[in-house]
Amino acid sequence: MTNIAQSGIARTGPDGLSIHTSGDARKRLARRYAAERRFRRLGLGAVLLAMGFLLLLLSTVVGKAIPAFTYTYAVLPLDLAGDKINHDDPLRSNFDAIVKAAIAEALPFAAGRKQRRAARGLISSGAAVILRDMVADDRALIGAPRAIGLPVSDTLDLYFKQLTAPRRSREPQGSATPSATSDKIHIAVEDGVIGSDEQFGRDAPSHLVFINGGVVKITGADGEGLQGDVLVPLQSTVPAAQGDWRLVTINQAESARKISDREIAYAEILNGMGLIERRFNAIFFTRGASREPEMAGVWGAVVGSFFTMLVTLALSFPLGVASAVYLEEVAPKNRWTQLIEVNINNLAAVPSIVFGLLGLAVFLNFFGLPRSAPVAGGMVLALMTLPTIIIASRAALGAVPPSIREGALGIGASRMQTVFHHVLPLAMPGILTGTILGVARALGETAPLLMIGMVAFIVDIPGGALQPATVLPVQIYMWADFPEPGFQQKTAAAILVLLGFLVVMNAFAVVMRRRFERRW
Amino acid sequence: MASTYLALLIGFALAAYFAGARRAVALSAGNPASLHSRPAYHGFYAAILATAPGFAVLIGWWLFGGRVLDRIVGARFQVLLSAMSGPQQQAFIRDARNLAGGIVYGEPTPEKEAAAALYRSLFASTDIVLGLILAALAALGLVLALRTITARRRTRHFVERFVRGVLIACSVVAILTTIGIVLSLIFESLRFFQKVPFLDFLFGTHWSPQSAFVGAGGDGEIDAGVFGAVPLFAGTLLITLIAMLVATPIGLLAAIYLSDYASSKFRAVAKPVLEILAGVPTVVYGFFAALSVAPVIRRLGDGMGLSVSSESALAAGLVMGIMIIPFVSSLSDDIINSVPQALRDGSAGLGATKSETIRKVVLPAALPGIVSAMLLAVSRAVGELAAFALGLVLFCMTLALNVIALGVVARYRERYD
Repeated sequence: MTNIAQSGIARTGPDGLSIHTSGDARKRLARRYAAERRFRRLGLGAVLLAMGFLLLLLSTVVGKAIPAFTYTYAVLPLDLAGDKINHDDPLRSNFDAIVKAAIAEALPFAAGRKQRRAARGLISSGAAVILRDMVADDRALIGAPRAIGLPVSDTLDLYFKQLTAPRRSREPQGSATPSATSDKIHIAVEDGVIGSDEQFGRDAPSHLVFINGGVVKITGADGEGLQGDVLVPLQSTVPAAQGDWRLVTINQAESARKISDREIAYAEILNGMGLIERRFNAIFFTRGASREPEMAGVWGAVVGSFFTMLVTLALSFPLGVASAVYLEEVAPKNRWTQLIEVNINNLAAVPSIVFGLLGLAVFLNFFGLPRSAPVAGGMVLALMTLPTIIIASRAALGAVPPSIREGALGIGASRMQTVFHHVLPLAMPGILTGTILGVARALGETAPLLMIGMVAFIVDIPGGALQPATVLPVQIYMWADFPEPGFQQKTAAAILVLLGFLVVMNAFAVVMRRRFERRW
Repeated sequence: MASTYLALLIGFALAAYFAGARRAVALSAGNPASLHSRPAYHGFYAAILATAPGFAVLIGWWLFGGRVLDRIVGARFQVLLSAMSGPQQQAFIRDARNLAGGIVYGEPTPEKEAAAALYRSLFASTDIVLGLILAALAALGLVLALRTITARRRTRHFVERFVRGVLIACSVVAILTTIGIVLSLIFESLRFFQKVPFLDFLFGTHWSPQSAFVGAGGDGEIDAGVFGAVPLFAGTLLITLIAMLVATPIGLLAAIYLSDYASSKFRAVAKPVLEILAGVPTVVYGFFAALSVAPVIRRLGDGMGLSVSSESALAAGLVMGIMIIPFVSSLSDDIINSVPQALRDGSAGLGATKSETIRKVVLPAALPGIVSAMLLAVSRAVGELAAFALGLVLFCMTLALNVIALGVVARYRERYD
């Protein structure tokens, strides 16, 4: 018996304790428990990391997108009654000249060529178009001078949103006395406002002094004060007390940014006059694509996406449900139906761009469908969504218990009557859920649409499924490539719109699944 | 015009339905039981006979009519077209057709105006002919239907056979799609390989297809040397590798945690959140990569004294990895859940901790499934990276990966009952 005991059944350690209670065993156990805890934490960490990625993704997009939902407008008094209005046909009026005149009135000192150009550059080059559209909507605007908000240029908008030209404003010690009101002047200030070792010029940070209603760009500093060029004429040469003048330092060199010191000075003067307003960015939600960031809107792409999804749904839903009904309810189980099944499962795994190749070769080149039109795009996406819908529909049909079919057949219904009167209605919630998920995926798809020319630059808002259009994801793809910084915000905002649609569709699918889910 | 005809046909189908149903009711002479099929089936019978041929003609015309007209116009302008290159001919025809439809690009030449005028007259005459054909077919069908409807006519059988045919036709679309994909890939690839030798493509080390077509639109010489696929494959492999390095551990660990450790409340929140990650479109990830990840990596690289391109494979791979985390985790989750509880209970009975059970029992049992899940994830990653000139190679690659994945599963699947 001792033999058996020693050979392992009730083995004891060298210290006479059981192997489960010896010090070594305790250490081993502690190690194993530690490994257990480590593993568990690792798993939790992985889940949290994945959720963190999602949070980071969403916060990046939302953070970038929020500025794009508002836009900076300059409210200028426009002369909508004068000789620039064509009273016979108001839409043919010279709106550009009206805008120019309004700018000139607001900034009367901007008289030279250079100054006029800078002043004109403050307002979007599309302002005249917007004004014309406003008049087209409401002819009553014509006939009296009116203050109307016009969008500023995209760089100025970024400037007011603090997204370009980082700057710091301070009110230095002591008073300041300008020597003149225009051209090159000298401002007597206490020593040390700007260090004498400071660099000046186009490649160094800019310093602007706002004093006596004017703006001076500092070009040099010495022990007695500052030298500078007047950008906006001063109203007087009286000394400005401490607190009545301020120094704005723009840390980015003028050559490294898109907005010049002169434009900043003019913009700040307009802002001081209370003419600058931040408003809801209606342009973004009502207009089509544009090369100018301030004129670019997402509406054209939304409408294009709508038509494309309409075509996709109209084709893939009936086709998908019909094939699912055939395969699940009608077809005999033979080689032929097996071939179809394998095909469908394989199609579900084909990369989406391959469907684009198919669409290019068949729909565009063979059948000659119009390029960039929602019909072609919708057909390609319908083929892509089809396997998803078929698989979901078959699962839903399969979940309907056989007793329903047997009951219907038992009281004399034909096979078709059984399917269409009893099985299909019961499976409908599941089928619809699968369809919504499939269409949501199609809504976010870019690659196949690139293949059939839906990347075209289309300004007009499409009026039907046969007209050239672009869709939201492709618009995002295009905007993401544009170099203007204004488009970065637009891209993020368009992504937010797209994600909004996707979330609504998915939430709808989830709610429907919950509401109609039936356990047999 | 085609949409008008479509609406008219649908309206006519409704009218035929009511006419057929009424005819059946009239034939029953107040005793509905004397009919073989219910009146509705007689209505469907009449509607099918009256409009199904019309719908077929309309669809056929819609698919092929444009090509026929293009041929006619091409034949009329043969002298002009024969002086042009292939793409120019296509552009001429397309512009003329668009011009006739009212879409003007640029300044149309007089020849294009003439072709557009021809198109317009053709459109007008074919519309009339099409309308006449549709009307004749509909009238004939309706007369035939109303004449053949009798009380004993088995219209339900007819309608059900018709519906069955429609169902079969719908399910054949899946096969047609596959055939279409394979054929279009083969033909496009053959055309491509006529211009670019196959070996140059497969083993060439220079990829810049944009520079190949200097005289865009023309039939100019194509520099075959810039279609080397090696850089593309190397890039794809590198990015996929990085993506899998990110996605495999995170996705697998997340799946294990969610299936074996998490409380049901936590799971109810975490699973949909992971699924949102899967629902975010690829473009959004691209934007995220370019805007957030690439600059961070670049700064990190600069900090370590390395110069990192702002379009690095590392950034692309990382974001791609994030993108396929939910894919890996949901597939692994299914597979881990399918390992029978008895194996876990046995392991726990022997005194193993939960993590030991998972590492030494569950994972080995689930391994083939997990491997195939990873391969599927790779095939999705490769698919997303697709460059279009590589369609066939891509299709073959994903198909091969799918087949391998299925093979692995079939070979190593252990059945527990």
